[in-house]
Amino acid sequence: MSTTAASANGHDGSLVLSARDIHKRFGDVEVLKGIDIDVAKGEVVALIGASGSGKTTFLRCVNMLEEYQAGTIRVGGEPIGYHEEGGRRLRLPEATVVRQRADIGMVFQSFNLFPHLTARANIMLGLTKVRGKSKAEAGAIADRWLERVGLSDRKDHYPYQLSGGQQQRVAIARAVSMDPRLVLFDEVTSALDPELVGEVLTVMQDLAKSGMTMLVVSHEMLFVSSIATRVVFMDGGRIAEQGPPSEILKNPKSERLRSFLGRFHGVLR
Amino acid sequence: MMTLFQPGHFFYEVWIARGVLLSGLAITVASAASIIAIGLSVGILGGLCLTYAARPIRWVMRAYVDVVRGTPVLVLIFFVFYGTAIIGIDVSPFVAGVLAIGGFCVAHTAETVRGALESIPQAQSDAAKAIGLGFWGRLVHALGPQAVRRALPPWINTAVEMVKGTTLLSLIGVVDLLLAAQQAVSRSFMAMEFYGACLVVYVVICLGISQLGALVERRLAYIRY
Amino acid sequence: MQYFFNWDVVWRATDKLAYGLVLGLGMATFALVVGSVIGLASALVLTSPKLKALHRPVRWYVEIIRNSPLLVLVFFVYFGLPQAGIRGLDNIGSFVLTLTLYAGAYMTEVFRGGLASIPARYIESGMAIGLSGRQCFFFVTLPVMFRIVLPSLTNNLISLFKDTALASAIAVPELTHTARWINVQTFQVVEAWTSVTVLYLVVSYLIAFVLRRVERRYAVIR
Repeated sequence: MSTTAASANGHDGSLVLSARDIHKRFGDVEVLKGIDIDVAKGEVVALIGASGSGKTTFLRCVNMLEEYQAGTIRVGGEPIGYHEEGGRRLRLPEATVVRQRADIGMVFQSFNLFPHLTARANIMLGLTKVRGKSKAEAGAIADRWLERVGLSDRKDHYPYQLSGGQQQRVAIARAVSMDPRLVLFDEVTSALDPELVGEVLTVMQDLAKSGMTMLVVSHEMLFVSSIATRVVFMDGGRIAEQGPPSEILKNPKSERLRSFLGRFHGVLR
Repeated sequence: MMTLFQPGHFFYEVWIARGVLLSGLAITVASAASIIAIGLSVGILGGLCLTYAARPIRWVMRAYVDVVRGTPVLVLIFFVFYGTAIIGIDVSPFVAGVLAIGGFCVAHTAETVRGALESIPQAQSDAAKAIGLGFWGRLVHALGPQAVRRALPPWINTAVEMVKGTTLLSLIGVVDLLLAAQQAVSRSFMAMEFYGACLVVYVVICLGISQLGALVERRLAYIRY
Repeated sequence: MQYFFNWDVVWRATDKLAYGLVLGLGMATFALVVGSVIGLASALVLTSPKLKALHRPVRWYVEIIRNSPLLVLVFFVYFGLPQAGIRGLDNIGSFVLTLTLYAGAYMTEVFRGGLASIPARYIESGMAIGLSGRQCFFFVTLPVMFRIVLPSLTNNLISLFKDTALASAIAVPELTHTARWINVQTFQVVEAWTSVTVLYLVVSYLIAFVLRRVERRYAVIR
């Protein structure tokens, strides 16, 4: 489907992500009960909420790492994973899904660098095998990103030779070097020792400032309040409240959000 | 010095039988190489089927692997050897035997490959998907190298077992090293010496494979988590 | 070529098949039990700093056997020993001796691994309640190790049972030999080999099924 058709359907062309009524079940348990969300170009949207509220699951649906049973996710106007044909909902061919994923970057909680590749080779893999760039070109891009995340001197190290924070910075470089429309961050600091969190957040801050469109699941409330353009509070598989961080984090309307934020008391201001 | 090469001495008997012993050794090496080649090529495919194929194919492969691994190799050899004759396929004992042991190697390799692939954390596959790699891209560039690292130690064991297994070919009349030695024994009556020498040769080959495997393992030691 | 199935040949050989099955299981069990004694002794030698002088010969025994084809060992013992003046073993005795020595080498590795994987905290708590080194060994180390190696014992019994097929090479009337006999007598190839294949599979799975239940009863939390 072209962008024009998407606009005709009421989707703004400048929207990078647009999800409508997303439902997701694991067996009998419905974990997403109708998610609607729009993310415009350059927005940094933070998903917050208790564990089990469906934040990570939603993120994984955007990248088709999870199947979802109803609703439509569009990235750049193009429906992700499924299409309608004669009133029936069909999964897109694997090749299409694979191509779509290349345009959506993802950074994981557990870094997931490839253990058999150096930091530089981790970044180059997608550039050469997916984007079809030459080794020299991919190497130059990798070097540029490694410098930007402050790891030029670690480029030939294998993941096991890097600290958690360094691995996560490489993982971020691997995701953004593909020049994606949207980058998904799934609790990227949760597995880190407290003293390593800062270096990763600094990199993310830098990316946000440069205008990258980001969807971030995080428990770092201070960080969320400083970089997010919008905060979305999820509760029980639904979006309970959303708005600018100043409003959501400081004047929560619902009791649920108030009690959730209460746990971070003192961290905020 | 000369007495070593007089009739009745072991070295003399070895010298007399040198032709058949050497060709026996060649047969042993050739059969082991063919078996390992069959096992690797078909076994890797089989392992992929066990891990990723649609259910019916997976079940068929599972049944094959379990039946073959649960049966003595010697029974497989006799089955193929006599079986091909009865359905009118004319194959040499060498081919029948190599196919039988090769089929055994396929089952073991497939199981090893499946185990290695399934032991890689799901997150690795997610990460490979996230950068836009398709199935084969993920397999070749992300999961494969990690699987090789994990499959190598058990697979080296399998390779050693296959070399040892080639001795069973002698029981269907393939003149491998063992049968060559047996022929020499029947002329010289030097069972101790010939079977003992045979053992030395097999031990050297098998230890060599293990050493080679350990070398490759060390080269792959950088793949860590 | 036309092939006519005639399963009667299998039914008529029931007694021979039953005998072959029992003989194979008996040889495998004997080899496992005595091989375990050898293996345990060897493993203890290898882990004892006091018996350092014996480490090398024990390691040679294990390495040579584990890298030797069983069939060559069988011929070496069956045809070689009488030549060296060691007589009095018939084919069954000779095969059982070989299989036992073979099992001993594999069991050494099993027990060595078992001893190495006993968590130190078990032994520490033994010491803590005042057991002597010897008491600790008999009442803590050994029982825990046996539970740890139980699954390997099951696997080894099944392997040894399959290995008894090689006894047919020196005319021991076990299953494979019987199948060959049916094959040669009747030319009912498919029936002969299918029936013993099924027997091997069924018995292997039965052994696994029964011993897995035993394992579960004695499972240890590591």
